[in-house]
Amino acid sequence: MGNLAGCATGYVFPAAPAPQPLLVIEGMTVDFNGVRVLRGIDLTLARGEALGIVGESGSGKSVTWLAALGLLPRSATVSGSVRLDGEEMLGAAASRLDRIRGGRVAMIFQDPSSALNPVLRIGRQIGEVLARHHGVSGSNIRAEAKRLFDLVGLPDAARRFDAYPHELSGGQNQRVMIAMALAGKPDVLVADEPTTALDATIQAQILDLLTTIRRETGMALVLISHDLGVVSETCDRIIVMYTGSVVETAPADAIFASPRHPYTQGLLAALPPFEGALHRLVPIEGQVPDPTNLPPGCAFAPRCPKRLAVCEEAVPPLAQPENGRFSACIAATVQPARLSLKLNTSVLA
Amino acid sequence: MFRFFAIRVLRAVLTVALVVTFAFIVLRLSGDPARSIMGDDASPEAMTAFRREWGLDQPLWMQYFHYFAAIFEGELGRSMRGGVPALDLVLERIPATLMLTLPAFLMKLAIGIPAGVYAALYRDSVIDRAVMVTAVAGYTVPSFVLGLVLVQLLAIWVAWLPTGGTGGLQHLILPIITLGVGGAAVLARFVRSAMLEVLGQPYIRAASAKGIPWASVVRGHALPNAAIPTVTIVGFMVGNLIAGSVVVESVFSWPGVGNLLVVSVAARDLAVVQSILLLVAAAMVFSNLIVDFLYGVLDPRLANGNTGGDH
Repeated sequence: MGNLAGCATGYVFPAAPAPQPLLVIEGMTVDFNGVRVLRGIDLTLARGEALGIVGESGSGKSVTWLAALGLLPRSATVSGSVRLDGEEMLGAAASRLDRIRGGRVAMIFQDPSSALNPVLRIGRQIGEVLARHHGVSGSNIRAEAKRLFDLVGLPDAARRFDAYPHELSGGQNQRVMIAMALAGKPDVLVADEPTTALDATIQAQILDLLTTIRRETGMALVLISHDLGVVSETCDRIIVMYTGSVVETAPADAIFASPRHPYTQGLLAALPPFEGALHRLVPIEGQVPDPTNLPPGCAFAPRCPKRLAVCEEAVPPLAQPENGRFSACIAATVQPARLSLKLNTSVLA
Repeated sequence: MFRFFAIRVLRAVLTVALVVTFAFIVLRLSGDPARSIMGDDASPEAMTAFRREWGLDQPLWMQYFHYFAAIFEGELGRSMRGGVPALDLVLERIPATLMLTLPAFLMKLAIGIPAGVYAALYRDSVIDRAVMVTAVAGYTVPSFVLGLVLVQLLAIWVAWLPTGGTGGLQHLILPIITLGVGGAAVLARFVRSAMLEVLGQPYIRAASAKGIPWASVVRGHALPNAAIPTVTIVGFMVGNLIAGSVVVESVFSWPGVGNLLVVSVAARDLAVVQSILLLVAAAMVFSNLIVDFLYGVLDPRLANGNTGGDH
């Protein structure tokens, strides 16, 4: 478990959560043209926490944060509550949202080369963040941009100011995106699949950079990924999503040691082992259900090897079987947790 | 850099030469100038004399050779009706045409661009529907139909404006509107789809995520990108300034280049028709050169790609 060692030893899960979480999402739903894609999300983010959100495409992991920041198209209907330091963000006036976005909650995206405007110089793009959120102007913008470029390890920082995005590599562009996100000195950085579009070697560098920056600035990090491996190395706590719902929440090390939800167990079984002999990976049977036609009970039930008759009748609530862990699975609460551990030791060992 | 422009200019010259050649051949195959200018009643001797005078008795390839040789000396021939240099005849008509096409061009920009931008920003709204319905109507109705309808309404029924001809500013209004509507409609549709394409790009959402107010995102991030495809069609409109009003000039009996073209084609006045086509081709090719240049200015990705090899 070499890759997991850092996570398991470096982080001590607190006995009780912080009294006032930085950001709270409650009962958030999102509908696109009458189709529900997010089915009531509850989550909290503590100050300085590194939270991983894992799920397949279509699970709602990105939509959750786009909705929270008011970045979904008008065709989306969002309801529920998103509070930042106790202040409601959903339905807030555009001017207030514009101060929060980039200023308190920054977001970076999957493909940095398309997230940067191709016809504007990089300096102008980072400059507008500095000007808007911190009133930096004139030649100070260039100096501050250079400091940020140095901070994110962009080579030849001074000259990048006048470059266009197409003159940089994907990894360099992602560093620019991170520098732009840091320019607002945010409390939260939401990174939506920040390494998916990058080469494997660059992926590790970017993840290291995010970890380092979080440690140095104390900002919270939300890392959205379809890759449990990526998230486990970087995050303290992991939320697993499936078809627009949270199915499991647990500390990163615990989720690997004893995944509660059969879907999480399936995800782990589908990961190649970190050490030891390679063996055949176990895929999750079946398909992700179509959001227009979800089963009446647990959405994962049709694919679940442990389903019981009750699973197909009612949607299981997110229950807390032990401190700091939540799982939305009826079978897991009925059957002893040991069983699931046994299933996965063969995968992890 | 030099090679880039040299290639463009060479290609431009080649295009013009091809247009002129094509016009030369088609015009000579399509009718006999002697008959159309002298009239059917002229004696065979007079016809022969006319053909000899204008070199029409020579083989086609000889005529073509002489014509091209003359072009390189700046000589575009004389009008067969009156013997005036054809180029002078055309040039003196250009101001009249520009009096219609320039204001119409500005009208296309002033209406088409904002309409397209707003339609895209408020996609599927009442504004969008209204703009698109108007635009489809505006560019499907042929300009001569629109011109005649406007004449019927505003010049004949309510009699606010003249039906055609020249005189004061009031003579300009109907032809300019007739010319402008179609172009504004085309531009509105084009700008709308360019804007929709750009607004769906990840960098627009990323700009919003930085806390840039929506109006600034549209102005600073979306419009500069949507301008790139739009330049193509605006360039085409610029190329059309000289000869884009043939039909409208006929409808409103406006003494411009278009009118001269119609009359000269009917009379097979070869030198005049060819001079007009040469000018039109040159204008089109020139505006295309400008468009190419503007691409480089508007899109830094192209600027590098185009000139990269020569640095």
